Amino acid sequence: MPFSFDLPTLWFWLVGALLTGYAMLDGFDLGVGSLHLFSKTDEERRLMLNAIGPVWDGNEVWLVTGGGALFAAFPMVYATVFSGFYTALMLLLAALIFRAVAIEFRSKQPMRWWRAMWDMSFSASSILCSLLIGIALGNIARGVPLTAEHEFAGSFLGLLNPYALLVGITTLALFQMHGAIYLVMKTEGKLQRRAKSWVQRAMIFFIICYAATTMATLVYMPHMPVNIREHPWLFALPVLNMLAIANIPREIYFGREFRAFLSSCAAIAALLALFGVGIYPNIVLSNPLPEHSLTIYNAASSPKTLRIMLAIALLGMPMVLAYTVSIYWIFRGKVRLEPTSY
Amino acid sequence: MDVVWLSRLQFALTIGFHYLYPPLSIGLGVILVIMEGLWLKTRKPLYHQMAKFWVNIFALTFAMGVATGIVMEFEFGTNWATYSRYVGDVFGSALAAEGIFAFFLESGFLAVLIFGWNRVSPRMHFFSTVMVALGSMFSAVWIVVANSWMQTPAGFHIVDHGGMARAEITDFWAMVFNPSSMQRLAHVLMGAWQAGAFLVLSVSAYYLLKRRHLAFAKSSMRIGLTAALVASILQVLTGHASGVVVARHQPLKLAAFEGHYSASAPAPLHLIGWVDETQRRVHGIAVPGLLSWLVSGDPTHPLTGLESAPPGDWPPVNVTFQAFHGMVIIGGALLGLSVLGWWHLWRGSLFDRRWLLWCFVFSVLGPQIANQLGWAAAEIGRQPWIVYGLMRTSEGVSKVVSASAVLSSLIMFTVIYVLLFALFIFLLDQKIRRGPAEDEASGVYTRHAF
Repeated sequence: MPFSFDLPTLWFWLVGALLTGYAMLDGFDLGVGSLHLFSKTDEERRLMLNAIGPVWDGNEVWLVTGGGALFAAFPMVYATVFSGFYTALMLLLAALIFRAVAIEFRSKQPMRWWRAMWDMSFSASSILCSLLIGIALGNIARGVPLTAEHEFAGSFLGLLNPYALLVGITTLALFQMHGAIYLVMKTEGKLQRRAKSWVQRAMIFFIICYAATTMATLVYMPHMPVNIREHPWLFALPVLNMLAIANIPREIYFGREFRAFLSSCAAIAALLALFGVGIYPNIVLSNPLPEHSLTIYNAASSPKTLRIMLAIALLGMPMVLAYTVSIYWIFRGKVRLEPTSY
Repeated sequence: MDVVWLSRLQFALTIGFHYLYPPLSIGLGVILVIMEGLWLKTRKPLYHQMAKFWVNIFALTFAMGVATGIVMEFEFGTNWATYSRYVGDVFGSALAAEGIFAFFLESGFLAVLIFGWNRVSPRMHFFSTVMVALGSMFSAVWIVVANSWMQTPAGFHIVDHGGMARAEITDFWAMVFNPSSMQRLAHVLMGAWQAGAFLVLSVSAYYLLKRRHLAFAKSSMRIGLTAALVASILQVLTGHASGVVVARHQPLKLAAFEGHYSASAPAPLHLIGWVDETQRRVHGIAVPGLLSWLVSGDPTHPLTGLESAPPGDWPPVNVTFQAFHGMVIIGGALLGLSVLGWWHLWRGSLFDRRWLLWCFVFSVLGPQIANQLGWAAAEIGRQPWIVYGLMRTSEGVSKVVSASAVLSSLIMFTVIYVLLFALFIFLLDQKIRRGPAEDEASGVYTRHAF
């Protein structure tokens, strides 16, 4: 399939950009959450919470806006995937709710049992969110059974296939690595040394998963690399991805934490771009019966809506980026506990 | 139990629970702007103390709103997939606009509000407060636009898309400014302002009764009472404007509001009543011709009654009637209470009227119940349509989701929400008991060294 530059393609990449924004930003939140129980003292846990304190809420908005953009640009995909993955999505919603309230409520009471309960809830829900997001991506890459009316024809247990589970675990590993790097950037002293050791372990965990997923994709998902084979310049993506990952330990070693974090962001962006290239021009591949697939053309909204949405995005996104950058700038530097902290 | 019924119940439950918090955030947002603005102008530590205290309460309600709001966004796809396929082209853009124009604004600047007291200048903090307040209102704008489109659809046509009919936008601005969106938005926003104002009044009245934080409570009471009075007066006007729009565009809904059965006749306005749906009549106290007069200026003007349409197209009449009248009665009571409070404040006798202060303590429930009832009247009154006159609710449900899947998620959400509500009340109560921090604020801020 040659790449074209029409409105549906543009929106394919724009929705992808929103979801990449989500993965880069909420990715480190989820990673910090999944590492939360590795720190033992109350002070360390509070530092970790407050490292994401001012920004986690805004990060989650990328998911909400990504969902809204998917609804507007590709309503058929929104309807098919969300109703088809019903139980998985309900679990994701429950996890997101528990995560949000755990962050909010944990430090509001001093009792040990209270904090232990929310610590568990925060960590478990962060892990569950990461896994479920990965499992959803894995199923989209693998293809799901669709009917001629583009309705999902599988089951919840069918979504828990080995390939999707592998992608789920890889996502968890990726977010843990990303979150650990973020913590190195935001902390100092003992906690920072500990975070550095987490980066090492998470990287090893991620690289093993990454290698396994790549092998599994090449062997079992022959449709995924087709676009890259046809357009060899796209090999730049996996190369960029590997360079970005390889750069992380180097930057950590030299104490350039921010650059390590940028590398990790680049790795996430490259991974999702690879995913996008792999599925394009399908959004939801039907497997078996690929003729029932939802493509960017049969799933898209009318050209008029896509143009209106483009105007909204052109007007809105510069503002969004401006205040996202300002907020991160205002809260730059190492995290310290203050009276207003969580 | 069938999927449609369960999905409706789930939607009603999740939106009803969610809708406890955004009105509070919107209303408190406005009050925070007033308090911080006063602080910036006068530099009185009292205003700073007030702003800090109410920011804490705001943060708690906001977090609850966010946690429960994500569910809404997903539910259109999970439970109402056929609806989403049919109207996504039109309806989706309003939701996406809400994300881009509102959510990023409020969640970004909220961080400055809560964590930024010592990081940014007072002016920047005030600016952030204004942005958060605006953001929360923008959110209401887009969600009310989307919902109003379901009530009075406009700016679209139906086309064949790959063998299936769907609605496509023809005129974006006609969709946004559909016949009911502005009146409904004004009505919803005033309900939200009331929710915020009466929470402030309730807590302040409680402190006055307990003789604690007196300076704080008196000053909060003055601000809250002013906001409550303005919002309550405007609420009556916007409510009337909304009613006129309903009469024009959703006559059967108006007929259900008043239990008006006969196909075409002048309609009375009931102050209170009970609809006997089998006998098709209302037992209650009514003013003849008042409804006709209110919507047309002529007491003999005939209004469309339910019997002009087949019973299959009627909303559940008594439920709609009760929800509507409950809202109106509470709205009237809140207006009365605001006027009474204002009069005593002006006379200087407010802080000694213990019975009146007790009324204010409990008044916090008023806007919340009225908002819920108003929402119920609007949504149940739209039945059996999911998009008025265009698609029935029963046709909009997801085809691949089983009743047992919906039932389990419904149970899950019920358990989570009951738990959350208990926690919310517990923490709110703790914050109120602890009261405002004895203020350190001299108006000086220190920038942290990095």
